[in-house]
Amino acid sequence: MPDATFLDATELVINMGPQHPSTHGVLRVILKLDGEKVMGTECVIGYLHRGVEKIGENRTYQQFAPYVDRMDYVASVSNGLGYCLAVEKLLNIEAPPRAQAVRVVLTELNRIASHLIWLGTHALDIGAITPVFYCLREREEVLKIFENYCGARLTTHAFRIGGLQYETYDGFEEEVKKFCDWFIPKVDEYEALLTNNRIWMGRLKGVGVLNAEECKEYGVTGPVLRAAGVQWDLRKAQPYSGYDQYEFDIPTGENGDTYDRYSVRMEEMRQSTRIVRQAVDRIPSGPIMAKVPKVVKPPVGEVYVSIEAPKGELGYFIVSDNSTQPYRLRVRPPSFVNLQALDRMVRGGLVADVVAIIGTLDIVLGEVDR
Amino acid sequence: MADEDKPDSPAAPPPSGAEAASPGVKPAVPAPKPAAAKPTAAAHAAPPKPPAVMVTTPWEGPVCDALKDRFDSGITELSTYLGQNFLVAKPDAVIPILETLKLELDFDYLVDVTAVDYPKRAERFDLVYVLYSFARNERIRVKTMIPDGYRPASAVGVHLAANWLEREVFDMFGIQFAGHPDMRRILLPEEWQGYPLRKEHSILQQDDGWVRENLGIESGH
Repeated sequence: MPDATFLDATELVINMGPQHPSTHGVLRVILKLDGEKVMGTECVIGYLHRGVEKIGENRTYQQFAPYVDRMDYVASVSNGLGYCLAVEKLLNIEAPPRAQAVRVVLTELNRIASHLIWLGTHALDIGAITPVFYCLREREEVLKIFENYCGARLTTHAFRIGGLQYETYDGFEEEVKKFCDWFIPKVDEYEALLTNNRIWMGRLKGVGVLNAEECKEYGVTGPVLRAAGVQWDLRKAQPYSGYDQYEFDIPTGENGDTYDRYSVRMEEMRQSTRIVRQAVDRIPSGPIMAKVPKVVKPPVGEVYVSIEAPKGELGYFIVSDNSTQPYRLRVRPPSFVNLQALDRMVRGGLVADVVAIIGTLDIVLGEVDR
Repeated sequence: MADEDKPDSPAAPPPSGAEAASPGVKPAVPAPKPAAAKPTAAAHAAPPKPPAVMVTTPWEGPVCDALKDRFDSGITELSTYLGQNFLVAKPDAVIPILETLKLELDFDYLVDVTAVDYPKRAERFDLVYVLYSFARNERIRVKTMIPDGYRPASAVGVHLAANWLEREVFDMFGIQFAGHPDMRRILLPEEWQGYPLRKEHSILQQDDGWVRENLGIESGH
């Protein structure tokens, strides 16, 4: 009898992460492999758990605002916008038009910065080294605008409950417009490198397919959902902060594969630039803060407010007991929910595709773990 | 976000609080009524004492009617707060409600599952499901109140998204979901003791034993 051990050893369990560079942070994926084929996965998360929701219950509403920047740290402006909108909803106030327009400018710039980080690292994972240098070069210009505006580059704490703390600086509009003009050719440049690149297409097309039904079933939102052909974007579906005044398209894909998600995000960068242009042209004059009491004490009640963050639907569920601190503050993180679909996407594929799929989900572990 | 009603809503709650008595679906009516009458005059510029309960208005609409017909006794409240609709259901009615909402009323996207701890209440936890309908572009919340130790049925059979969300609720509150395929902690280590989002759990508290054993250090504080 020939010894059959080699053929019998069907399942091999290996760890990818938590210190694997392509897991984009401290994500550990336990892979069950049959040769090169992935038979199943299990995600181990929580390495970055800081108890953000518990901290929220122990800080005043204003004190907590800087903490939200530390969840999705590459899109801190979006986090801040969602939080401010949620507390404003609890207080039943609205930021003045000027503040809303500036918020839109900064949030969309942040979406571009977030997508640039995604593109650079995603391409790097797949073996294209060049785009990451280009992407970081362009992102730097966005960060400079943030720095000029509020002094911080990454964890900006740009907004306040009720509006903005800072007026825009002299030359803000010109600088933003200059960025927009300069940035669009750069997107074309990335596309020239990647879009029709045979290796890129070979690695992305048909990989990690998640169709529209599965997306809804798993609660997956953002570019992943749109790549599956669902034209849904909270900025259009339930506009906030004056998004209904701007013209922009929601790009969608057809196949729900990694390549479509790439195309959708590329187009989103262009659309964000389009929004920024319109918003910066029409920043009205007026106050930047609504009438907000020094001590924020919302009436007893609860609200769920969500926005379209670069990664998907970012929601805040806040319960107020009419004290200065939230009674309960829940964050609905898009990365956490989207990551849940990883198993479905990689099952039956190859190990090498796991890297591509983690990249295409565009997760930030700071937000997954909170 | 249903912000259209915002400009006039500071004045809106009091009159509707009074109306709320007629449909007979709102148990919380008697308490807010006297308190709610006060803010009418001062609007919210110089707030007098705000009411101690959530000032809701009855929820009206096709979804609400359909639910009322179907789950007469299972639903104890159908209300709106700041333009956001929610219902309060009995614990055992939650899964059938989610199912009906998904299959018949197009609420096919489970946005979030979470809990709120009220240690002084007999039914200690609020369990909150946030749902969204792509077809209707509508969002609702399904709430239920459960005592400590009660094992609510898992929603994984209805929405796969509930899997990790319920695990997080278990991790943070210690609420075990019956019929969940993988009821383990998700963010904290599996052997960790304590449920951090319960109110008696201090923010400085941690599982010192676990830290000592696994990290080889004394507690961090």
